[in-house]
Amino acid sequence: MSHAAASPGFPASPAPLRTAAVAARATDLSKVYGQGDTRVVALDSVSVDFGKAQFTAIMGPSGSGKSTLMHCMAGLDTISGGSARIGDTELSSLNDRQLTRLRRDKIGFIFQAFNLLPTLTALENITLPMDIAARKPEKAWLDAVIETVGLSGRLSHRPAQLSGGQQQRVAVARALAAQPEIIFADEPTGNLDSRSGAEVLGFLRESVRAMNQTVVMVTHDPVAAGYADRVVFLADGRIVEELHEPTADSVLDRMRLFDSKGRTS
Amino acid sequence: MLRTALRNVLAHKARLMMTALAVLLGVAFVAGTLIFSDTVGEAVKKASAKNLDGVAVSVQAVDADTGPRTDKNGKRSTLLDDKLADKVRALPGVESLRRDVTGTATLAGPDGIPIGNGWQNLAANFQPDKDGRDARYPLVQGRGPAAGDEIALDRATAEAAHLKVGDTVRFATDGPVLTKRLVGIVTTDDPQVTTGGSLALFDTATAQKLYLHPGQFDELVVGAAPGTDQQALTAKVREILPKDRAEATSGSALAAEQSRMVTAQNKALSQTLLVFAGIALFVGIFIIANTFTMLISQRSREIALLRAVGASRRQVVRSVLAEAALLGLVSSVVGLALGAGIAVGLRAVLDANGAGFPDGPLIISPTAVLSSLAVGVVVTVLAAWLPSRKAAKIAPVEALNTVEAPPALRSLVIRNVLGTVVAGLGVAVMLYVTTLKSSDDMPIAMLGSMLTMTGVIILAPLLSRPLVSLAGRLTTRLFGVSGKLAKQNALRNPRRTAATASALMIGLTLITGMTVVGNSAQQAMDTMTAKGLKADYKVGTSTYTGLDPALSKKVAALPGVEAAAPLRNASFQTGGDYTDLTGTDLATVGKTVQLDFTSGGPAHAANEIAVSRTAAKEKGWHTGQTLDATFNDDKTAKLRITGVYEDTPLVNSAVGAASLVAPHMTPVKDDELLVKTRGGASDELEKQIRHTLGDSPLLKVQDHADLRKENAGQIDTVLYVVYGLLGMAVIIAVVGVVNTLAMSVFERTREIGMLRAIGLARNGIKQMVRLESVVISLFGAVLGIGVGIFLSWAGGNLVSQGLPTYELLLPWGRLGLFVLLALVVGVLAALWPARRAARLNMLESIGAQ
Repeated sequence: MSHAAASPGFPASPAPLRTAAVAARATDLSKVYGQGDTRVVALDSVSVDFGKAQFTAIMGPSGSGKSTLMHCMAGLDTISGGSARIGDTELSSLNDRQLTRLRRDKIGFIFQAFNLLPTLTALENITLPMDIAARKPEKAWLDAVIETVGLSGRLSHRPAQLSGGQQQRVAVARALAAQPEIIFADEPTGNLDSRSGAEVLGFLRESVRAMNQTVVMVTHDPVAAGYADRVVFLADGRIVEELHEPTADSVLDRMRLFDSKGRTS
Repeated sequence: MLRTALRNVLAHKARLMMTALAVLLGVAFVAGTLIFSDTVGEAVKKASAKNLDGVAVSVQAVDADTGPRTDKNGKRSTLLDDKLADKVRALPGVESLRRDVTGTATLAGPDGIPIGNGWQNLAANFQPDKDGRDARYPLVQGRGPAAGDEIALDRATAEAAHLKVGDTVRFATDGPVLTKRLVGIVTTDDPQVTTGGSLALFDTATAQKLYLHPGQFDELVVGAAPGTDQQALTAKVREILPKDRAEATSGSALAAEQSRMVTAQNKALSQTLLVFAGIALFVGIFIIANTFTMLISQRSREIALLRAVGASRRQVVRSVLAEAALLGLVSSVVGLALGAGIAVGLRAVLDANGAGFPDGPLIISPTAVLSSLAVGVVVTVLAAWLPSRKAAKIAPVEALNTVEAPPALRSLVIRNVLGTVVAGLGVAVMLYVTTLKSSDDMPIAMLGSMLTMTGVIILAPLLSRPLVSLAGRLTTRLFGVSGKLAKQNALRNPRRTAATASALMIGLTLITGMTVVGNSAQQAMDTMTAKGLKADYKVGTSTYTGLDPALSKKVAALPGVEAAAPLRNASFQTGGDYTDLTGTDLATVGKTVQLDFTSGGPAHAANEIAVSRTAAKEKGWHTGQTLDATFNDDKTAKLRITGVYEDTPLVNSAVGAASLVAPHMTPVKDDELLVKTRGGASDELEKQIRHTLGDSPLLKVQDHADLRKENAGQIDTVLYVVYGLLGMAVIIAVVGVVNTLAMSVFERTREIGMLRAIGLARNGIKQMVRLESVVISLFGAVLGIGVGIFLSWAGGNLVSQGLPTYELLLPWGRLGLFVLLALVVGVLAALWPARRAARLNMLESIGAQ
């Protein structure tokens, strides 16, 4: 697999590989849209921890609330009840400016549609979060990240000159380069062919293994979930199941199980 | 397809708003101009007609050669006397006869400043009937003037002068100040009086004494009995008039003539205004084209789908054009309504500033309505034409593309070549213009200017790269990431940025060009006024009626006055060629005017003259030569040339003795008086000079500062009016910047969402949009100011013929102000789009397609 080939690029991490520490935590987290007749409960009292240096996948059918959970945890959306924390920071206590700052300094994002700025070169896109923060990127780290995702030769290209897989690798590098506390990935392989998808997932897993990065990924693809350390299943705004050390097959089995339950109930 | 067009207009109404606004403002300008000129024209015509009401025949004295004769006292003499008047009165069909004396009388206002604008300060005789009333001048207070020391005024004049019945009125007709007692106040509809003039009435004998000779009249106005044929009566009157010495005109002919004049005046005004409206509409074209280009690229998949299901190219084009026509029509209707409002407002504003337009209803003629609507629709459709062709080129297969690919930027090669050719041609023409001198060559300069501007507009996308990059480097340094993103956004679509900036450029080119030429001319006039003027005061009259020759001696005798040189204008012929001659006091003129002789010296005797260098060169004269001169009155004289002097605007092409000119003048008057003081100009001395000259309100006693102000003020006024008129073009350009930014924000919704997600604060987003706006505006400003300076440099020569002292002078302060203005425009235009961008819902934006 290609991700295996890429792993030597990551610098060795001095920290212990696994800790029980929590990078982000939801407690009785609720999210309600609309009022009265149009009231929709997207998240219904969800409590979940995302461990540090862990690769967590959030799965569930459409409308299960998986994207909402990610948006709330990432400070992209407000919450209706309960609490959402990144590290020690309670998100519900922050105003828009503070949330923006938090996202800038502590969170990395990878979106399904790549979301790169077409006017910037690959390198400029990668350093954009640090440019916004008016921070100098750490040169050694940046080089290592770029080396790892295999973009060394394409740094001066603009997104339109890159393939979809390359564009998403730029997005991954952008998320990693700023060394955030946690990376949220929203269907990162949704727009990619399976080969490019596998590469991207490989990078994400390696970033967790070798760099102690924390990654939370929303996906509906069992193969993608198979790369994670842990899978959280959501349905109707609740957590219904958890799976540790999953494989694509075991995830698929669970999904089939939910499906049949869903049909019989 | 019409339904598609209608649906599209409705679906995009928010986005079409700015475009509609651009069309609307342009149409409002056109409609406002047309309605205003119709309304005022109609009102003035009606007022004139009312003024001529009851006039069946008018009899006026003419002289075969020179009109009414003027005697040596400046009094006119006519053949219309009581005997002739009685004969006319006795004709069958004549019901009434007015015997009019007319002249001018200028009143002194409370601060000594003359009331009225000089050439409309009418005076006439009050002709009471047996009840003491004059139907032409209805009394509102007091009674008509009946004795030599009495005067009546119209109401507006009395109010302006703060005069009440019983007060003493100070006024002048042509000489020293006169005083009479105000006995009555009348009203009048005479448009000459209501539009900035004044009216003074005397009893007939006094009026005759002031302006004519006893028993004489200027005009006999015949009122006809009901049922009398005007033409027949006119013919009958004509029969009894002395041949070639008086003329009868029918009332209807007079009315027609007046109406023709009003129409001509109106036409000149509305044509000038329409030129500026045209500029505003032209600027609007860029905005419309921009919008449709964007709408079509956004809808390309939709259009491809239409093509896939069988719509022809032509149908697609037609649908786009129908959409444009619909937009144009709706905007034009609103613009028309706004135009009517502008017409009403303009009249009110001008009236408040003393224009005194006669009352009348608002006239909205079908012509005005139809032309306004047509202009709006045609301009919109024309502007959408190129984008519609682009729509037609969309291939049906694009409907199947699922990946949204950014439209590839079309090559600019053809455009750049075309632009270079046109701009090169324009520059070449303008360089040729620099070799021209006469203002008759103005059309060539205009052609060159238009070519240059068009060329630069075509080249603007090419120019945008280096100029915007340069500005972007600054914004990046100052504002970091938002500055960098702003620069790149401005560079992303060079055509759009260029079109937006071009709209601003047009207005600024014209404003800059006018400012530079105006300023240079102003400076030139300043130099000219002061150049060679050694005198401290220049004395003249506001009516150019001249001063009594005896007065110059009196002024010269004042303590504190060193010399007072009278200047009299005359002309003589040599072999059919006219030369203007200034007659002056040869002994003192050298103290008041600096004459630099290139050969010979000043004249000393009455049969000597000195001539200007230009005149000598043109006519081949030289010092020592003797000319055979023929004066106006056919008398001849031999004039010896004593010297040649450098041209100065203070005197004519030839200078001779006052006594040389006097025999050929009736009456003998000094046109101007140049006064040299001993201790410099002072208020006290000015007062004494005025007093010596009779304290007439007609007097103009000007020191150097006054002279400068008189000339400079005129140019400033013209410049401000031009600024106001070009302001509309600039406002439309600002609408264009708003439009472009709104489009940018809409197109980049997803990017903005992403930027927010990865940590760019709302303020950063705002700043990004704002800086893009500023960069585009500054680009337009730099282009406009640059082209404006070039054109004014090249075209300035054409002005220099009338102004020998003309040289190009860049008013840096004002140009800097324009750049600042562009900066402010950029910030203001970004207000709304930036707010919108900052308020976008992040999550929806990220997912937006």
